[in-house]
Amino acid sequence: MIRLKALTKYYGDIRAVHSLTFSVARGEVFGLLGPNGAGKTTTIRMLTTLTKPSSGRAWVAGYDVVEEPLAVKRRIGIAPQHLNLDGELTARENLEFHGRLYHMPRSERRRRIQELLAFVGLEERADDLVENFSGGMKRRLLIARALMHSPEVLFLDEPTVGLDPATRRKIWDLIRSLRSEGVTVLMTTHYIEEAEQLCDRVGIIDRGELIALDSPSQLKRRLGSFTVEVYHSGRAERRFFPTREEALEYGAEHARCDACDFSVRETNLEDVFIELTGRRIE
Amino acid sequence: MDFLVVFERELLTFRRRFWRYFFAGMVNPLLLLTAFGWGLGRGIQLEGVSYLNYVVPGIIALSTMNASFTSVGVALNISRRYTKTFENYLVAPIEAHSIVLGKVLGGVLRGLLSAAIIVVLAHLYGAEVSLSAEAVATILATSFLFASLGMLVGMLIWSHEDMNTFNALFITPMMFLSGTFFSLQAVPAWVAALIKLLPLTHASLCLRAAMLGREFPTASFAVLLAFALAFFLASILAVRRSSQ
Ligand SMILES: Nc1ncnc2c1ncn2[C@@H]1O[C@H](COP(=O)(O)OP(=O)(O)OP(=O)(O)O)[C@@H](O)[C@H]1O
Ligand SMILES: [Mg+2]
Repeated sequence: MIRLKALTKYYGDIRAVHSLTFSVARGEVFGLLGPNGAGKTTTIRMLTTLTKPSSGRAWVAGYDVVEEPLAVKRRIGIAPQHLNLDGELTARENLEFHGRLYHMPRSERRRRIQELLAFVGLEERADDLVENFSGGMKRRLLIARALMHSPEVLFLDEPTVGLDPATRRKIWDLIRSLRSEGVTVLMTTHYIEEAEQLCDRVGIIDRGELIALDSPSQLKRRLGSFTVEVYHSGRAERRFFPTREEALEYGAEHARCDACDFSVRETNLEDVFIELTGRRIE
Repeated sequence: MDFLVVFERELLTFRRRFWRYFFAGMVNPLLLLTAFGWGLGRGIQLEGVSYLNYVVPGIIALSTMNASFTSVGVALNISRRYTKTFENYLVAPIEAHSIVLGKVLGGVLRGLLSAAIIVVLAHLYGAEVSLSAEAVATILATSFLFASLGMLVGMLIWSHEDMNTFNALFITPMMFLSGTFFSLQAVPAWVAALIKLLPLTHASLCLRAAMLGREFPTASFAVLLAFALAFFLASILAVRRSSQ
């Protein structure tokens, strides 16, 4: 559904995205993980025809993003990182105009707006101006808008930033149900748990380059499914092992002094991320 | 018909803010009519008519320009740079010309409102000007021209400060130079020739002729249309190219 071939973007001398090559299958939920400035948004902008690649190519739903932008646009929905709703309009009007831009018939627009407003819990605020909404409400409306025209491919740039835990879980459920309907999702996130829970596969990018790509469980397995942390005099050392036994053994051996201690736990995606990028995700 | 969606979005806020636009749109014309038409112009005759009658078409031309240009240009600048709502049009499956046409028609509406306000005010001030078909056509062309220019400038300029610079360098001088307040017969021929390069000059020439019942300068009207078309097409190109 989505294919990138050596996709590259330079802003002047800044290399925002460097030679990304990967594919996302139909119905897959694909996560892009990376520290700030890694090039996630730039990648999404190129895939959604908003930014021209410096080199390389990309196809969405079978159409080249540079050659056939209109065909791509018809098939995609976007929830950008910045909340670019029309503040001068009400929530309902935002969705209504959006539906019209995508040529949805009136009756379908009406039905879909009710459905989506109910889903994101904004029914009571439907006729209020969006500029008076809280950040979380805007984020929810943004996702509703991206779904309004039932796109085949959905791009979600940090879709749950600033949402309360209950709403976040609702959005997760929604993404899961979209997957079962065959919608392809490419999302970015800074929440490791989100990537772990939701994504079939995760691509980790750093400084514009793809440094790992696999399912969360494979990524963890490759690093070592068990993590041992050995603490001595305030410093922590982290090692990874394929089995709990090996991890325990290492811990016991290296935490011998009085002030030393160690713990063993299952490896998570954050460990993978830190190992690969040398940075903590925020 | 995608442009209608874009236009109706503009229409909605136009309706919602009508009275705000209405009263704000009255301030400048009132000042100009009082200063130039009443205060300065009492007793003065120009090209055979009272200065009030002479200056009203000029004021209509420059106010139409201001309203159309600013409403489109400033809103576009904000929606590209700050609210980023313009992106919603860029990712929607609609062509660049629909976006431009919808936005420009929104600006035309603002130009028409501003012209209508002055026509009414001018009559209250005792001006004897007629709103002929040619006058209406000129007002339409003028607002289309400057709404398109607003679109073009809004697409090409990123910083709000540069917007102000453009205003100071082009729009404000045009307001005063384009035969709006004085007769081009009164300046040296070479100055008049330079002034005729400005689109607003042709708007005031056409409008004055149409409103005072003189022979309509078809050539000037053609220039007006040519400017309008050029700015309109250039805006479409600018929107198409906006994905750097
Ligand atoms: N329009 C632009 N002009 C110049 N440089 C840009 C532009 N957009 C992005 N960049 C640069 O490209 C790099 C990648 O930015 P991008 O926004 O894609 O990162 P990101 O992975 O989305 O980061 P974040 O997690 O903070 O959202 C950064 O160095 C950024 O400064
Ligand atoms: Mg980003």
